[in-house]
Amino acid sequence: MKRFLYFLILLVIWLLLTWSLHWQDLVVGVVIALIAQLLLGDIFPVGVVRVFNPVRFFWLFTYTWVFFFYVIKANFDVAYRVLNLYMPIKPGIVKVRTKLQTDMARTFLANSITLTPGTLSVDMVGDHLYIHWINIVSEDPEKETEIIVRRFEKLLERIFE
Amino acid sequence: MSEAAGWVFIIIGITFDLVGCIGLVRLPDIYNRLQAATKCVTLGTCMILLSVFFFVGLNSVGVKALLCIWFVLITSPTSAHAIARAAHRSGIRLWVGSVMDKYADDKEGTEDTA
Repeated sequence: MKRFLYFLILLVIWLLLTWSLHWQDLVVGVVIALIAQLLLGDIFPVGVVRVFNPVRFFWLFTYTWVFFFYVIKANFDVAYRVLNLYMPIKPGIVKVRTKLQTDMARTFLANSITLTPGTLSVDMVGDHLYIHWINIVSEDPEKETEIIVRRFEKLLERIFE
Repeated sequence: MSEAAGWVFIIIGITFDLVGCIGLVRLPDIYNRLQAATKCVTLGTCMILLSVFFFVGLNSVGVKALLCIWFVLITSPTSAHAIARAAHRSGIRLWVGSVMDKYADDKEGTEDTA
């Protein structure tokens, strides 16, 4: 079941990339999806099947808009810091804690943190994330967690957990 | 109409890419530079690809551009994380003006288990 789903996803991506329904393209796509699925099927994340559910899709949709809002905000933030003559930066690496358990949710969290204002995920050890922050506003770990992680954690919890 | 949207997006995209490149030159150390490089170049490149979609419409080229946006959004933060982690583990110090480095503090005792 899991491998079949993986095969279907690969085939759909292949069809979108070639954008043709000629039988030769179809045969090549099926063969390549089958080979890729046999070689790499083990690393396919199991939790992704749970996302195919209307409620989770709704939260994924909400998450997408929140995410784009923060990406655009992050770009203006970088532009402000870079183009300012005095470069108002105060960088450092902070340690925050996450409640998320599944691999998929953690991957999304780390990638979202990298693309949002002023933060870059450096490493993850156990439940703790090490974040490079370009402008540290507080030295209290609780408050840092509140600012960096919470804005995505609640949504991601509803999508993947 | 869609051509006008294409022009708007390509101008926004190039502006953000330019800001990212200025940041790459101006900011002091590798971690700060990665911040500028990932955020601005990701959005800038996505905007340029989106403008390609608006110029050509929904055909083989346009769909490839949309797929590329997806790939860039996934791979760009992941590679930035890999570079930052590799830089820190190979001993590159933070900029002298940095406030704190919890990662280095925590790593001192647990070098072999990390």
